[in-house]
Amino acid sequence: MSDKRIVMQGIGLSKRFGHVVAMDHADFELASGEIMAVVGDNGAGKSTLIRVLSGASVPDEGKVFLDGEEVHFRSPLEARLVGIETVYQELAVATEMDVAQNLFLGRELRKPGWAGRWFRQLDKAEMRAQAAEHMQALGIRIQSIRQKVETLSGGQRQAVAVARASAWGRKVVILDEPTAALGVRETRQVLDLILRVRDHGLAVVLICHNMPDVFEIADRIHIHRLGRRATVVDPKVVKPNQVVAIMTGALDAASVPSALLAPVAA
Amino acid sequence: MTMNERKFRSAGKLLGTTLLAAGLFAAPQAAFADGYKIGVVEQQLANPFFGKLQAAAVQRAKELGLTTMTAESTVAGDAASQVNGIENMINQGVKGIVLDPGSASALVPIVKKARAAGIIVVTTNTSLEPPTAADASYETDNFAAGVLIGQWAKAKIGANPRVTLIDYDLSDKTSKARHDGFLKGFGLTETSKEIAGTALTQANVDGGQQAMENLIAAHPDINVAYTINEPAAQGAALAAKRAGKKVVFTSIDGSCSGVRSVVDGTIGATVMQFPSNMGRLAVDAIDKAVKTGEKPSGINNSGTVLITDQPVAGIESKDSKWGLANCWGE
Amino acid sequence: MNSSPNVGPDLTGGGASAPREEGWRQAVAIAVAQPVAGPLFALVVIKAVFSLTTTTFLNVGNLSLIFQQSVVIGTLALGQTLIILVAGIDLACAAIMVLATVVIGSVATEGNVALAFVLGAVACVAVAAINGIAVTRFRLPPFIATLGMLTIITAGARLYTNSRSYPISSDWLMLMGSGPASGLVTFSYGSMLWIGLTFLLSYALTQTAWGTHVYAVGSSPSAARLNGIYVDRVIFSVYALAGVFYFLAAWQALGRTPIADPSGYQAANLDSITAVVIGGSSLFGGRGGVAGTFVGTLIVTVLKNGLTQAGIDSLYQQIGTGILVILAVGWDQYFRSGRKA
Repeated sequence: MSDKRIVMQGIGLSKRFGHVVAMDHADFELASGEIMAVVGDNGAGKSTLIRVLSGASVPDEGKVFLDGEEVHFRSPLEARLVGIETVYQELAVATEMDVAQNLFLGRELRKPGWAGRWFRQLDKAEMRAQAAEHMQALGIRIQSIRQKVETLSGGQRQAVAVARASAWGRKVVILDEPTAALGVRETRQVLDLILRVRDHGLAVVLICHNMPDVFEIADRIHIHRLGRRATVVDPKVVKPNQVVAIMTGALDAASVPSALLAPVAA
Repeated sequence: MTMNERKFRSAGKLLGTTLLAAGLFAAPQAAFADGYKIGVVEQQLANPFFGKLQAAAVQRAKELGLTTMTAESTVAGDAASQVNGIENMINQGVKGIVLDPGSASALVPIVKKARAAGIIVVTTNTSLEPPTAADASYETDNFAAGVLIGQWAKAKIGANPRVTLIDYDLSDKTSKARHDGFLKGFGLTETSKEIAGTALTQANVDGGQQAMENLIAAHPDINVAYTINEPAAQGAALAAKRAGKKVVFTSIDGSCSGVRSVVDGTIGATVMQFPSNMGRLAVDAIDKAVKTGEKPSGINNSGTVLITDQPVAGIESKDSKWGLANCWGE
Repeated sequence: MNSSPNVGPDLTGGGASAPREEGWRQAVAIAVAQPVAGPLFALVVIKAVFSLTTTTFLNVGNLSLIFQQSVVIGTLALGQTLIILVAGIDLACAAIMVLATVVIGSVATEGNVALAFVLGAVACVAVAAINGIAVTRFRLPPFIATLGMLTIITAGARLYTNSRSYPISSDWLMLMGSGPASGLVTFSYGSMLWIGLTFLLSYALTQTAWGTHVYAVGSSPSAARLNGIYVDRVIFSVYALAGVFYFLAAWQALGRTPIADPSGYQAANLDSITAVVIGGSSLFGGRGGVAGTFVGTLIVTVLKNGLTQAGIDSLYQQIGTGILVILAVGWDQYFRSGRKA
């Protein structure tokens, strides 16, 4: 792992909602080209961490670094502008629009020359071509790029959402429970897709409850407990039951080998 | 009643009825003076016909030294605000109520309650169903008005009449009375061959225009038209003019705008009704009943005058100059 | 890229138009892919019935007339389409238009036509924009916001005019009613404007990013928001732009009926919604378009025109239109439920 470069880092992140401390000096790190699974018990504060990383929440304390530079996100849009894409649990696809339109939603291409400049005409052909190319590169087989998303199954819609995030995420793709609502076969397909997104060089943050899935595709596992990072482990070294034990507090995090790259902040 | 107010009537009538529920606000107001108190319940005052009627009633009450309370409905057919208004008036101990009912049936129970409390209730403009639900009514005899223009049109057009009737919802009492009166005056029945075609409108300009356009397209030989009111006549006349057809138009209301259309020849003849008479006569009747105990009764015609600049023998009429001096609205 | 092409998510299964499907499902697929097909078919059937039952329906003069009668509702319905595409509704569209006609009529009566024209436009866009603010900033349901606006504007127009109407005499204000004519057939500038606006809006909706965002906001506001679209800005732009259409409809109305009547066009509020719905746009937003609305408008007018000429009680026209609305909405519901399942 030592050849990996840290893409994203969070140090001492805290967030309170009234008297409730949702996040208590949590740290986070993500290396380039890896899948970092984030696991934790319900209420451990995973969602808060993800919201801060994706720009949906502003932390009360702590710093976030992207490629070594400190960033301050006030909205998901700002995070997106610097190359962090998020696929939310509530699927962000417009069902009555086609696949190509969804991939380019909010980032439509205009025609070059006067038609785009003066008449603001969209370059639909180019968008469809790029969309088809991207879907093919991710190995997503598709009948037509003009197929409406409402005609797709849940897994297929998730695939479109992931494809969209990977198309625009220049650095990081954050996936919030992408397989939660899917059946076995569709989960399999989405996991394969996530692997291919990683293979395209993006760093992936994967929030997931399903331990077998995590162990199958994650390169490292961030274990969250009581609002902070308990540890980061290597799934090739640590067993699933150990991870669960750390999550629930039954096992001390220090008793398993750490897979952290950066020195832990004070 | 005047046909200036129309209900929503179209495919989405369901929505339309929902709209009626929207503005149920009564606005009772009290003025303090000597003498006893009466209530004046009008329909929506944005309509100058109702405005004139109410003003005449309030004015007359003032002359008699009475205090008035007023209430009015907000949209056509809105009886609920009127019911609220009458309830307030009963609580305030009025001795008489002048009521222009927004609904012939919905107001009957509250009127019954008011009369049980010893209040004289006189309707104006249109009566309740049955009319005896109130003590008396002062209103335009719309059937008689229809007869007048029917007779005039028949005399004017002579041989080979091709008649069209541009109506408003015929389940409306006023609309039906005018329609039937016109047929009677012209000597027609619903199935007479002389009737080329009929149309329902919203009793407004664009409705009259569209109806007449369609009727002329189907029956290019139409030469005489009954219209429910003057805006409908103005729209229908526009359609005839655009199609290059010469059609004699008759109408009812006597608004100033309508009389001006008689002046310029757009409308051949119209029948004027007199909202100020209604208000004045109703207040007088209440005052008389309170002071002498002699209650008013029956349906009393507040006046119908045929206005035309083309008088025909045997039918009494006034010219448009007289009309302009006596019309209501602007 | 190392996996075989067959491992990836298979998007070929969910299509609505696979060749093995039976005939009616193909018809359904066509109707979904070409939303204008259904309304167009209905229009052709209605026209055929009237041309068989009346002798006058199909002559060119009458067809020209139908067109003239459609212009005002048609232009209102274009604005209404925009609003319905973002899952809104405007119950006040014709009332706003009528407000503009009486503002124009009253000011023009004082002698200043240019000022009248400008004030009419300002009134329309301002009132429509207030609807937009009510819906976006204050989160009022569009039905309630525009219902309130309807009663306010209707009463306001009556109070403003004291219920009088204003005859229009300016050639500029009546321009939309004139145009090249030959015999019974008139091709008014108003009709040209209607057709032009239909094409323009169709272009804006299908060929620009703004149009895509309108559909996205109507289809799924949360998805649009998560994809970085400023949902409220899009909705506001739709209401304000609808105001421009209402103003142009007011201009057309003055050309067609050169009397500014505060009690006019009461049925047009709902007629415009009827035209949009019959034209295949979904009241739930995100589906439909102006081509359907164009045809839907013609259906609404044709029903009135044909039944009046056939001498059938106009109440049947209302029943007929009502049935078409229910069929159109039912059709839409059927597909939505089918899709979400």
